[in-house]
Amino acid sequence: MHKIESKNVELYYGSFHALKGINMTIEKNTVTALIGPSGCGKSTFLRLFNRMNDLIDGVRIEGSCLIDGKDIYSKEVRIEELRKRVGMVFQKPNPFPKTIFENVAYGLRVNGISHATFIEERVERSLKQAALWDEVKDKLKKSAMELSGGQQQRLCIARALAIEPSVILMDEPASALDPISTAKIEELIYELKSQYTIMIVTHNMQQAGRVSDTTAFFYLGELVEYDSTKKIFTNPTEIRTQNYITGRFG
Amino acid sequence: MNDFVKKFIERIIEGALMISSTVTTLTVLLITIFLFKEGISLFNQSPLEGDNIITVSANNKVEHISSAQIKNIFDQKITHWDELGGKKDSIILFTFNDLSTYFSDDEIGANFELLPHKIDSLVSNTPGIIAVFSKKYLAPNFKGKIVQVENVSLTQFISGEEWFPTANPAVQLGVLPLILGTLWVSLIAIVIALPIGLATAIYLAEVANQKMRNIYKPIIELLAGIPSVVYGFFGLIVIVPMVQKTFNLPVGETALSGSILLAIMALPTIITVSEDAIRNTPRSMKEASLALGANRWQTIVRVTVPYSISGISAAAILGIGRAIGETMAVLMVTGNAAVMPHSLLQPVRTIPATIAAELGEAPKDGIHYKSLFALGCILFLITLVINLWVDYISRKRSNYSK
Amino acid sequence: MDINTRKRLAENTAFWVFRILSLGVIGILFSILGFILSKGIGVVNWDFITKMPEDGMTKGGIYPAIIGTLYLIAGSMLFAFPIGLMSGIYTNEYAKEGFIKRFIKLMTSNLAGIPSIVFGLFGMALFVNGMGFGDSIIAGSLTLGLLVLPIIIRTTEESLKAIDNSFRHASLALGATKLQTIRRVTLPMAMPNIITGLILSIGRVSGETAPILFTVAAYFLPKLPTSMYDQVMALPYHLYVISTSGTNIAESRSMAYGTAVVLILIVLILNLAANALRRYLGKKYKIN
Repeated sequence: MHKIESKNVELYYGSFHALKGINMTIEKNTVTALIGPSGCGKSTFLRLFNRMNDLIDGVRIEGSCLIDGKDIYSKEVRIEELRKRVGMVFQKPNPFPKTIFENVAYGLRVNGISHATFIEERVERSLKQAALWDEVKDKLKKSAMELSGGQQQRLCIARALAIEPSVILMDEPASALDPISTAKIEELIYELKSQYTIMIVTHNMQQAGRVSDTTAFFYLGELVEYDSTKKIFTNPTEIRTQNYITGRFG
Repeated sequence: MNDFVKKFIERIIEGALMISSTVTTLTVLLITIFLFKEGISLFNQSPLEGDNIITVSANNKVEHISSAQIKNIFDQKITHWDELGGKKDSIILFTFNDLSTYFSDDEIGANFELLPHKIDSLVSNTPGIIAVFSKKYLAPNFKGKIVQVENVSLTQFISGEEWFPTANPAVQLGVLPLILGTLWVSLIAIVIALPIGLATAIYLAEVANQKMRNIYKPIIELLAGIPSVVYGFFGLIVIVPMVQKTFNLPVGETALSGSILLAIMALPTIITVSEDAIRNTPRSMKEASLALGANRWQTIVRVTVPYSISGISAAAILGIGRAIGETMAVLMVTGNAAVMPHSLLQPVRTIPATIAAELGEAPKDGIHYKSLFALGCILFLITLVINLWVDYISRKRSNYSK
Repeated sequence: MDINTRKRLAENTAFWVFRILSLGVIGILFSILGFILSKGIGVVNWDFITKMPEDGMTKGGIYPAIIGTLYLIAGSMLFAFPIGLMSGIYTNEYAKEGFIKRFIKLMTSNLAGIPSIVFGLFGMALFVNGMGFGDSIIAGSLTLGLLVLPIIIRTTEESLKAIDNSFRHASLALGATKLQTIRRVTLPMAMPNIITGLILSIGRVSGETAPILFTVAAYFLPKLPTSMYDQVMALPYHLYVISTSGTNIAESRSMAYGTAVVLILIVLILNLAANALRRYLGKKYKIN
């Protein structure tokens, strides 16, 4: 069984056909990079898997998306349950205007966990996993807004990890960060791979090359090519993929 | 040449535009000047009506008397001089109305020409007397003593508990009951309106779909557009009898009626301002919460409302500001009794209602007229503070969201 | 009960409470309108709006009050609209970011927050007594004009701000001066929105009572004004008078309902007009 699978997914924003018949399978404990020019549908595709597209008025989805073999769009699925299993990290760091501790504890609290020591342990573990613990352990009660951009993004990753998802979706997680912070995030992604299945949208070809095992190239709502990252970057089958990677359009 | 003319005209128009933009500043300035000029001239003025003077016998120790004490003497709440720091004698009040009980017409003379002398001997021969009469009847070599009446002071004005600006001979200018009345009515109104308004704002910003919003928004706008006198009329014929019946009161014109009506009138302000604030919560913040498995309600309670709390408090403050300044509707339903408020089910009187009800009858430049302008100053200062406060909050918020 | 059920239950309860409370707000409006309209609509007929009040204002019509209100609308707009428009243009198009602009804006919002009764006091002190106009249309119009000035300034500013800078740059790039750009490009584009603001401020002027109490409004004056130094009756003051202090409150009740209906209709029509204009605009902009 594949960890993640999409079968003939079509998505429309009103009359705009944003995703056209996407078929794709993703294995457990891998990093998959979604690349392509702006507006190609890669972010929309990513947001299918925690049903974030549901928030937009006038969206219509056909086909099926499966995680662990179960259709996440079926009626029995509780959307909040799904989102607990599928974490997400956004393009710009978006910590809540709360303390560092409360940011990480947020997902636990909204899911009904109130046991204090349990929460403390989980916050500490998540911050350690996100390689942020040493930097913030003395100021857990300070506002998250006081952290630097890179620290904020790692806090958002810790926040996502705290509810123990099995899949993490990352929507250009390093695009708003400086090179040093970016390197830290990439390192982190590499380490998280052993426990999580990660999908990452990125504009940065080098980044995709560095962190991912497989890469999918989207263009105008179609999945043009999907293969191992090595293959995509060295010997793509499709000419459109080659043009994009070598920078002829984008 | 043509270019020169063109440039010249542009300059002139720019100048005209600039001058127009100073009109509001100028108006605020002029309002301040005119209000305070009249209002401040109230102070350090004798509270005595007309040219009255107050006299006592020469060996009375009392030198000063306040306008509240004069009133209490007239109301017979003070009956002995020792209460004013004098001897144990009881107070005998003599006013112009008592002329005929003391003197016959012959004694006074046809044109009161003998009156000064008569009053003089009455005052000097009656140890416990206090005589109030016009200055023109003061004998040239008056043997009694003229008592100094304390001038109207700011502290008296603010802390006095009696508002009786037409009292004779000494006006009572205590605005405390009016200030408290205003605050009571406005605060209770906001206590009623805030939960309803906030719920509606959250509903419109976060729950309702576009179609519902398109129906609700113009209706709320209309609610804001109804003139306050129409609200007052509605309050008078619907809310007042309702309150009277519900609580089984002798009159329905009470603080509660005013608060209910003001709550309705404050709703559009509260809804619009807090909806804007809620809508300003960044989408990314809400998405982050949803992506962690929170549902929409948890996101509203834990993220959206805390994030927009300063905007919501601005809405509440603005609502209070509107309620404090509201005149006609309150004037029509609160009963306008200038007494210290003790219960919501009693009539109260607010500052704006006092001005509206009394200014028409106050002779220009009289002490009553000036005291109403002083009330206007208080109102102006309260709203100014509220405006600056709201401005400060919204400025802090825009800094924060950067 | 598991956490998901609890979460859902809380959400559903909260949303239903919100739905009901918001319906309550709408209900309030409809009950006010419905009550007054149902009681008063029968009073309103041609005679009611074209006849003088009779018998201590218990019979007849409200013609002079309608005319008085129209005069006040015209007078206040004649004063406030040009100044408000010019001021709005200056602050948005000319004034540089910084202390002066912030100060002007702060003063404008302060003016907007001053209670209407304070405007009444001020109008009495400055226009009626200070300038010697006496209780007159001009004193009332100027007072009301100052009251709505901030509304007009703000709508002008906001309408101008909504226009994308690319339009200004395009015009400037073609060699137009700043003033030409404003006159031929920016202002025409903003005008419909500004007019919407104008309509709403007319609604405000026609309903305000406190500012006209001591500057113009006459208790009973069954003739039309002949100059701008005359007093007039006005609809909102008339409603106040006959519902609280008329010679015979009980008998003039139906007159009061009728007057309230006329006031509501004015506001209703102005609001509908403003909304229609806004919708028409929205459509027009979508085509572009």
